[in-house]
Amino acid sequence: MQLFTCPFCGPRAETEFFYGAEAGKTRPEPASDVKAEAWAAYLHTNANPKGATREIWLHQTCGEFFLMERDTVTHDVVQSVSLRGDAA
Amino acid sequence: MTARRVGEIGERRPISFQFDGRRLQGLEGDTIASALLANDVRVIGRSFKYHRPRGIYGAGVEDPNGLVDVTLSGKTSPNVRATTEKLVDGMVVRAGNADPGAETDRHGFIDRLAQFIPAGFYYKTFMWPDWHLFEPRIRAMAGLGRLDPTHEPPADSPQINERCDVLVIGAGPAGLTAARAASRAGKRVILVDDQTQPGGSLLYRDVTLEGIQGADWAQSVGAELSGAGQRVLTNSTAYGVYQHNLACVWERRLGQSDALWQIRAGQIILATGAIERPLVFPDNDRPGVMSAEAALVFLKRHGLLVGQKIVLATNNTRTDDGIDALRKAGAEVRVADRRSGAEITGVEGKSGVTAVWINGERVIADCLLVSSGFSPTVHLYAQATGKLRYDEQTAALVPAKPVSGLAVIGAANGTFDLGPSLAEAHAAGGGSGDVPIIDWAYAPYAIEAVWPVTGAKGRQWIDFQNDVTVKDIELAARENYRSVEHLKRYTTLGMATDQGKTSNLNGLATMAAITGRSIDATGTTTYRPPYVPVPLKIIAGRRRGELYNPVKRLVLEPQHRDAGAVFREYGGWLRPAYYGTGADQREIQREARIARETVALLDGSPLGKIEVFGPQAGAVLDFNSYNTISTLKPGRLRYGFMLTESGVIYDDGVVAKVSDTHYIVSCSSGHVDGVLMPLEEWRQDRFNPAEVVIHNSTPQWATLTATGPRARDLVARLELGVDLDDVSLPHMAFVEATFAGGPARLARVSFTGDRSYEVSVPSLAAPDLFTQMRALLAEFGGCLLGSEALLLLRAEKGYIIAGKDTDGTTIPADLGINGPRDKRRDEFVGKRSLFTENAQRTDRQQLVGLTVHSAEPLPTGAHAVELADGKRRSIGFVTSSYFSPVLNRPIALGLIERGLARLGEDIMLYHLGKTLRATISDPCAFDRDGGRLNA
Repeated sequence: MQLFTCPFCGPRAETEFFYGAEAGKTRPEPASDVKAEAWAAYLHTNANPKGATREIWLHQTCGEFFLMERDTVTHDVVQSVSLRGDAA
Repeated sequence: MTARRVGEIGERRPISFQFDGRRLQGLEGDTIASALLANDVRVIGRSFKYHRPRGIYGAGVEDPNGLVDVTLSGKTSPNVRATTEKLVDGMVVRAGNADPGAETDRHGFIDRLAQFIPAGFYYKTFMWPDWHLFEPRIRAMAGLGRLDPTHEPPADSPQINERCDVLVIGAGPAGLTAARAASRAGKRVILVDDQTQPGGSLLYRDVTLEGIQGADWAQSVGAELSGAGQRVLTNSTAYGVYQHNLACVWERRLGQSDALWQIRAGQIILATGAIERPLVFPDNDRPGVMSAEAALVFLKRHGLLVGQKIVLATNNTRTDDGIDALRKAGAEVRVADRRSGAEITGVEGKSGVTAVWINGERVIADCLLVSSGFSPTVHLYAQATGKLRYDEQTAALVPAKPVSGLAVIGAANGTFDLGPSLAEAHAAGGGSGDVPIIDWAYAPYAIEAVWPVTGAKGRQWIDFQNDVTVKDIELAARENYRSVEHLKRYTTLGMATDQGKTSNLNGLATMAAITGRSIDATGTTTYRPPYVPVPLKIIAGRRRGELYNPVKRLVLEPQHRDAGAVFREYGGWLRPAYYGTGADQREIQREARIARETVALLDGSPLGKIEVFGPQAGAVLDFNSYNTISTLKPGRLRYGFMLTESGVIYDDGVVAKVSDTHYIVSCSSGHVDGVLMPLEEWRQDRFNPAEVVIHNSTPQWATLTATGPRARDLVARLELGVDLDDVSLPHMAFVEATFAGGPARLARVSFTGDRSYEVSVPSLAAPDLFTQMRALLAEFGGCLLGSEALLLLRAEKGYIIAGKDTDGTTIPADLGINGPRDKRRDEFVGKRSLFTENAQRTDRQQLVGLTVHSAEPLPTGAHAVELADGKRRSIGFVTSSYFSPVLNRPIALGLIERGLARLGEDIMLYHLGKTLRATISDPCAFDRDGGRLNA
């Protein structure tokens, strides 16, 4: 089991967290201007990189979403940053 | 073999047990294996594939042969390892893979068929006329152990989370030295060892450390650690190392259930020692051929001399002390040392060694001890992403590169001599001062590598547990299964419960020799947890029955039980399904009928209560809802959907506007967490989180709902301090009230189609409210309403349950609700998805009512079908179906292709071979103009 770092609560067991999404996706809007392909990409396409990755996670026990940079190969957790920009 | 006890251990209590029906006696402190050997039992089981007689080979977890079924207190555990299981009074032991017993196995003939069933035989023989003809018989013979279906071990294994600075695995001389150094350096240390006491090889090798005899030294270091408040876990096997330095440890506890320790360590020090390899020669699997080190363990730890006339075949110096010890104990030992050219060429004795051939000379013997050197126990290192390299000097696979947070020391690191090993340990533990001084009278470790020879006559066994011979590896190589992972799967080398602890390197070296590659180039298979077989019960822990997936419970559960409720689970909540002792359908119909006639009382506490506060509360809710929420007047309610970004209906519910800065979202009881999460996500990711706060107050409030024509009359008697007339409190209105001096909330909203009042009070006040309302019920001739009758009443009205009457494709248009899609100019979750090609298809499944013209309700889940080219094609299905007491006929809801355009059409349904008919109708079957809401 991995150890993730919540920017508010510190290192905690992986089971306390819930995956949100890949970081950096912007919701395309307004709906009337969004092409079907762009909307489909927003809904379904993920980069799913091997190695360094930036993701949004939820720390369920404190309820805060945050940005986590980690490595999907080495499992290193590089850093966690709150959505308001404070690094852990 | 003529094993006998030698008086080295002192007086021990006798223990009676049975083996294959024979009554035998062992001594306190015995393992099953040592007790069997002491009784001269040589054949302890049959091999997995050929049913060859096999005896004890090792003295610990490395033993591949001694798997037995053990019955204790009437319960049978299969595949218990005889070398590690402590003997207990009254144990009934049965040989593994043998029927009726190890000596007289009825499948013993299979060995004579061996040439017809080589490695991978099931891929190429028994193929004509059809493998499936043979498969059942072959499968019935395969597999080890006998499961006892009546043996369900209690779910009482604790799972303990622990942390430390330094976790030392292995309490041999290296592990003890490292643990002591770390402890003295002020670190928080946990020391884990799979034996009954610390010491490792010090318990059977004659070493002096710091002037003290080895076993005593180990005792004193263990005591020092415990005295310093460190944790020393004996009888505990670290079986896995996982990400971020998490180690899992299986602790066997006397008289208590086994425990699972999950230890997160700053640093892990692996001092796991090494396992002796067998020499490989023809018939090297005969019972009585044993690891030389194991013989020393049996002698020193169990007072058991395994043979009288012993041949000891070796290629290294680490057998020197054992030879002396065995001779001193009274055995005759003939040494056959490969370094001086002595080679074993054959072994006689089907059920026990009777003679050994050394370079063509026949030597009478009752036991053959073998050592082909040592393989470091690198499993945990390799699990933790460590890579191995082959070391020529020690003829061993050793750790090749450091792994962060992990140190490997001593024999596990290929450092086989005690002096350098302790220096490594001392350094790894962060020790200051001197490394422990040792006194060891024997030569340093030296070895001349001996690997299996191909092309020899007779069968030479590499993997005893899986019956893999040198010839099988040659066959695999010939058929091009040359990668070690392919070799493993094709021949089963290194599989099953011992995972190649003794056979791994011999097998690799054989493949390397056949293919002309180096051992490094040949590589190793992947090491995965667990290191030893682990009982599933420690992994399950206490998660069984009620604790497997605990239900949420109502604060009023005792009151409902008292009222005769029958409970079922709904969306994770344990709720009254119905009340009474009659047949369920009868009670449900009674409740539904009374609810329409007078008044019924429902516990609606699980209904979600998500409170949204702050200046942006309305904006957050508008964005997350299909319907605009913020335009509500304070004190009013609105029904609506919450969509996913795919436009699919996730939940439906009612939102109350208390004020411009306070809303209460009343979502489905099973969807509270699922509604809360996107609300929070968007709050934090899109809005200013300083201007809106979301709080789930569901558990803090209990809700009792009165529904029916007399609901207002009943609620009026509660003295809630509010006006109940239809002008002050119309349908879809909300008011804050008081109850018994505390706060209360009153919402007029209906899930039954009848006038209804939801009374919410803080949970602590709920029993009082329930008592009052229940007493009033009697006065009005009403009744308590369970969830089943409620489901029926809402279906009469065509009210949906999200996830039951909708599925993972249903969008609001499929329910005919297009207003917000067509009118809203602002953004909301799922909006774009409502305009896709798929969302606009005309053949979408839409929610409709289904009217049947018989007395029997449609089966829920039955498919609506149409015939195309004589074949049935599904055009939808029945989502809800009940018998309506008020209409005195069945009602149903369904999702049907183009359903909304087909009202009045007759359709065909198909269910479990039966064809049924129904007419598509409006989902609302009762009180279509809604007059009863205000009646």
